[in-house]
Amino acid sequence: MKKLMMATAAAALTAGTAFAGGHAKEVKLGILLGFTGPIESLTPHMAGGAEMAAAEVSASGKLLDGAKVVTMRADSACIDNGIATASAEKLLSDGANGIMGSDCSGVTGAVLQNVAVPNGMVMVSPSASSPGLSTMEDNGLFFRTTPSDARQGQIMAEVLKDRGVNSIALTYTNNDYGKGLSDAIKTSFEAIGGEVTIVAAHEDGKGDYSAEVGALASAGGDVLVVAGYLDQGGLGVIQGALDTGAFDTFGLPDGMVGDSLPKNVGPDLDGSFGQIAGSQSQGAEIFAEMTKGADFDGTSAYVGESYDAAALILLAMQAAGSVAPADYASKILDVANGPGEQINPGELGKALEILAAGGEIDYQGATGVELIGPGESAGSYREIEIKDGAVSTVKYR
Amino acid sequence: MDILNALVAFTNFVGVPAIAYGSQLALGALGVTLVYSVLRFSNFAHGDTMAFGTMITILVTWLFQSWGLSAGPLPTALLALPFGILATMALALVTDRTVYRFYRTQKAKPVVFVMVSLGVMFMMNGLVRFIIGPGDQRFSDGERFLISAREFKAMTGLREGLAIKTTQGITVITAVIVVAILFWFLNKTRTGKSMRAYSDNEDLALLSGINPERVVMYTWLIVATLATIAGVLYGLDKSFKPFTYFQLLLPIFAAAIVGGLGSPVGAIAGGFIIAFSEVTVTYAWKKVLTYIVPEALKPEGLVQLLSTDYKFAVSFTILVIVLLFKPTGLFKGKAV
Repeated sequence: MKKLMMATAAAALTAGTAFAGGHAKEVKLGILLGFTGPIESLTPHMAGGAEMAAAEVSASGKLLDGAKVVTMRADSACIDNGIATASAEKLLSDGANGIMGSDCSGVTGAVLQNVAVPNGMVMVSPSASSPGLSTMEDNGLFFRTTPSDARQGQIMAEVLKDRGVNSIALTYTNNDYGKGLSDAIKTSFEAIGGEVTIVAAHEDGKGDYSAEVGALASAGGDVLVVAGYLDQGGLGVIQGALDTGAFDTFGLPDGMVGDSLPKNVGPDLDGSFGQIAGSQSQGAEIFAEMTKGADFDGTSAYVGESYDAAALILLAMQAAGSVAPADYASKILDVANGPGEQINPGELGKALEILAAGGEIDYQGATGVELIGPGESAGSYREIEIKDGAVSTVKYR
Repeated sequence: MDILNALVAFTNFVGVPAIAYGSQLALGALGVTLVYSVLRFSNFAHGDTMAFGTMITILVTWLFQSWGLSAGPLPTALLALPFGILATMALALVTDRTVYRFYRTQKAKPVVFVMVSLGVMFMMNGLVRFIIGPGDQRFSDGERFLISAREFKAMTGLREGLAIKTTQGITVITAVIVVAILFWFLNKTRTGKSMRAYSDNEDLALLSGINPERVVMYTWLIVATLATIAGVLYGLDKSFKPFTYFQLLLPIFAAAIVGGLGSPVGAIAGGFIIAFSEVTVTYAWKKVLTYIVPEALKPEGLVQLLSTDYKFAVSFTILVIVLLFKPTGLFKGKAV
């Protein structure tokens, strides 16, 4: 009798722990984006994309024997390194297993160097595109689902050349992103024989850009290329340039592409052109379908990249069979690139199943993910033109 | 002809924008200076008071637009402006009753007031974002231009265009009217005089039977009016975004201090000095010079004194120089 009782107790105990093990298993995913600051109108949608991936994985119940993904939002403020590192540290102390973020290049570099590398945390950024991040010492912990701006500079130069533009005035938002991108555009455009009449910085969040517009107008040029943010100085500069009749056509790099720009500026923006990271993948269409009923805008900039960034972290965990960053960091490139079964958005459950069975996947996701070099997107771009007050796709490059 | 072209280019890119921007800063700085002289502290919540007033005006504008009400060629927001002012007055009075009065009865030091206003600033900041959201709002309608660059070129046959936006015109006219009324009020009316007396010497004012609570109330009412008008004009001319209004605090304070804190004339002069220095010192003179100088001397470079990166450095350098040599500001305000 005594033995029986002990056996039952032991059985109950093991069952109990097994039960607890199955349920208590939580994967915590930090979402570190600038919910306040210059891109605060983009980030709720980006976070929505990442949370969609997390919810999809949780619902499938196939991640590491039924682990649930808990997402934690934290504010990077986009331009405030202090806030961003504090938020990242908070995510770590709350037990985050991986960080989807950050968004703007400056804070991403700061968080990487001050928090992620010292603590061995994996970061996958959906939108930080500064060329400087390619060479930053990251111990193999940093990845991004967006290409480096060095690549975008070349594309922009090609787009300008193909449209017969010979001289440009260039203004950039005064931060790591704007500076890196404008340098890339200037070098690439001059390399193919174009002339850059002026390179002038503008500060975000000021509202009055008369001084910048005056200087840019004085320098002249066929097209004004605005390497800024569509919610911020970039919009102010374009508005000012149009109002004073300084420029009619604008070159719009990725930070300026969004539906709010033509809506805010009006019909005068028609004919302006630019490019944004994107590929003609099947995934993009599927993702657009998936996000139709969601409570965020799936067509907003970097939402697909955010979904992919979150998905990559979770898939790598599955491939490594562990939630420890040290274990799964090296798996991110494996799941992102071939060989293996191609995975589109909405198929995360299937991907987890394949990985659990020891198979290989080639994650395509919403943006046709292909990571190269130090773990950044290879860089296919969508050339866009503003037509009838909407962003329309010209072709893919 | 070339001289005319040069003049037009200069007016278009420097003159008109700087005058409009200067008027907006001057109205903002007037509010800051009034609080400083009567209530004796630097009100950091001023930028967000402007944002609040503008937000209410925008909401009422949308309501009017949905009713199909409009002011013809003028922006509908002008009709909605009185409602924005009333709401901001209510907010300012409530804030004063619940927050500032407590510290006033304790005779708290000015620095305590400044910190309190910082807290009020964050509260208002949150309130505005909570109601209207952090995004950009555009609410100007009606005619966009008094003269557009293209029309001007066709009209005059000059190579350079001159654009004056309706909002820029409205800004300058409104600013002139508001300033005229304010000065009349401060100098001619009984209440205005009692405000100035209270500002000059609180104890003497009390002895001569001035009711301090009334003076404080009138000050807040005027400040709320100025803040809302400045905010709406700025929003009409550029766009409304809570973050931008919060940042606007810096040039407004620079303007008020350069002119002399506590001096209304100084606030106006300061507003224009800051606006013109930001635009002029960083202007690239290439275009203007190309018209004026002979062909052979045509400038190769941009002829730009400082890159536009230094725009804010310029206004703060002026601020530092003024504080070093004339700590009371150009128009004899109070030393900070």
